[in-house]
Amino acid sequence: MKSETRTTELKWFKKDFPLLGGTNRGKPLVYLDSASSAQKPQQVIDAISYFYGHDYANIHRGIYELSERATNVYEQAREAAARFINASSNEIIFTSGTTGAINLVAQSFGRSQLQAGDEIIVTEMEHHSNIVPWYLLKEQMGIVLKVVPVLDDGSLDMLAYASLFSSRTKLVAVTHVSNVIGTINPIRDMIMLAHSNDVPVLVDGAQAVPHMNVDVADLDCDFYTFSSHKLYGPTGIGVLYAKSHWLSQMPPYQGGGGMIETVSFDEIIYVNAPHKFEAGTPDIAGAVGLLAAIQYISNIGMQNIEKHEQSLLEYAEEKIHELGFVQIIGTTHPKAGVISFVMNDVHAHDIGTILDAEGIAIRAGHHCAMPLMQRFNVPATVRASFGIYNDFSDVDALIEALKLVKRLFPDVAA
Amino acid sequence: MSLRELYQEMIIDHGRNPRNFGGLAQATHCKNGQNPLCGDKLSVYLIEMDGVVVDVKFEGAGCAISVASASLMTDAVKGKKVEDVLSLFQHFHELLTTGKANDEALGKLSIFAGVAEFPVRVKCATLAWHTLKAAILHDDKSVSTE
Repeated sequence: MKSETRTTELKWFKKDFPLLGGTNRGKPLVYLDSASSAQKPQQVIDAISYFYGHDYANIHRGIYELSERATNVYEQAREAAARFINASSNEIIFTSGTTGAINLVAQSFGRSQLQAGDEIIVTEMEHHSNIVPWYLLKEQMGIVLKVVPVLDDGSLDMLAYASLFSSRTKLVAVTHVSNVIGTINPIRDMIMLAHSNDVPVLVDGAQAVPHMNVDVADLDCDFYTFSSHKLYGPTGIGVLYAKSHWLSQMPPYQGGGGMIETVSFDEIIYVNAPHKFEAGTPDIAGAVGLLAAIQYISNIGMQNIEKHEQSLLEYAEEKIHELGFVQIIGTTHPKAGVISFVMNDVHAHDIGTILDAEGIAIRAGHHCAMPLMQRFNVPATVRASFGIYNDFSDVDALIEALKLVKRLFPDVAA
Repeated sequence: MSLRELYQEMIIDHGRNPRNFGGLAQATHCKNGQNPLCGDKLSVYLIEMDGVVVDVKFEGAGCAISVASASLMTDAVKGKKVEDVLSLFQHFHELLTTGKANDEALGKLSIFAGVAEFPVRVKCATLAWHTLKAAILHDDKSVSTE
């Protein structure tokens, strides 16, 4: 069988992830929720554990060697993150995650560079984390949100995008890959068009960075954000890339220790970026874990990861089509290893519960993208998403469980 | 607990063909409820006379568990005294959180015992009841399970 031969050659990734040998509701776990958060390889778990056991101290403070060691590994993580997306390390700011990074740009760039009536272009497929920070700016300072519509196939309406620019447009904020339907947006073209209108671009890369090579220099984006936890690293840390000339114009987002040169009650002098934007003790162990995650996936090779996930996607789409009673939302390609679907009138949460009982972890709901749900006129979808550790047997388990849904809801799913 | 017990025929049937579905023009009480996590939304209408729920209907959309629960709820409370409706909700809530049924009080409603195994689904099964209770008590706040 085609699937079996493919499975054997790809099985080796799974062994690095101890949790994937576990269970869900007493059945062997089938983890298909990596778009929500990825599982962690032993290498990442060990790196964090070793750091706390051997090298931990606060950074940028201690005069002692131990603090120097901790500082070095933290800054090595910044250098690794920079190399990973082809940036320089003084353009890499550690944040709490993608959400933290976008909020930083909204509050620091947005409040310093925009005025009431200025416009920000977003898209209908954004995650709430790339809508709500801009909506807050709308409430705080009266900026205007313009929205690029999504077409029936799940791609962006590029003609509409081009027509949204005006003399008041001050920023484009767009996701690289849809967290719901997997669409890979043509962000290079979108950035070129924005720049031809003198408008900077923020790219939400949370769903892209785990699945494909990202080169911010080649893209020429102004801001790029991603989270460690979707990249097989720990929770609590993420990255904001920003071009140096923006960082030097942006005021600090939060104030505290570690981001100042001198403080008196009359005058405060800030250090330069990136530390200007990292007030307080950061997630040092998180950076260590992120460094290990970047090393782990770099060893596998992003091209191999992409090839593997694309073959899983292709296999899953083929199997779902064969079922005949499952409708995929968002059919455009290229897409990342994310499939959103519905089964006629069977509610996504009923499907989710049935899959859960079969050991399968998927996401059912609005996926923090309520405008996109409204666009496709569905209250919720079921989403299966792939990581490097998934193999064809995971897809087969999903397909079998969907047949069970059909047996339990014979009329509704018809 | 098997899936067949959770999604047994009566639940699938009431989820697919809900009883007492629709608006109620002469309603003395009505209330909207929603479960923002799932997107489930429903409205409960009832006519109360002399402390008795003489008629009750609902409309809305949601998962099989929430629609079946609303449907079976309307069947169960019609003709009951308000205080008995409220105590029935207490029994029902206990069933969903402990899985132990007081069959005498609950009757058909005990088919929801399986929900107790799936704590995230308790909100689905109680949405209609919370909404009904708020309607009866004239609670002005809109009902949300979050």
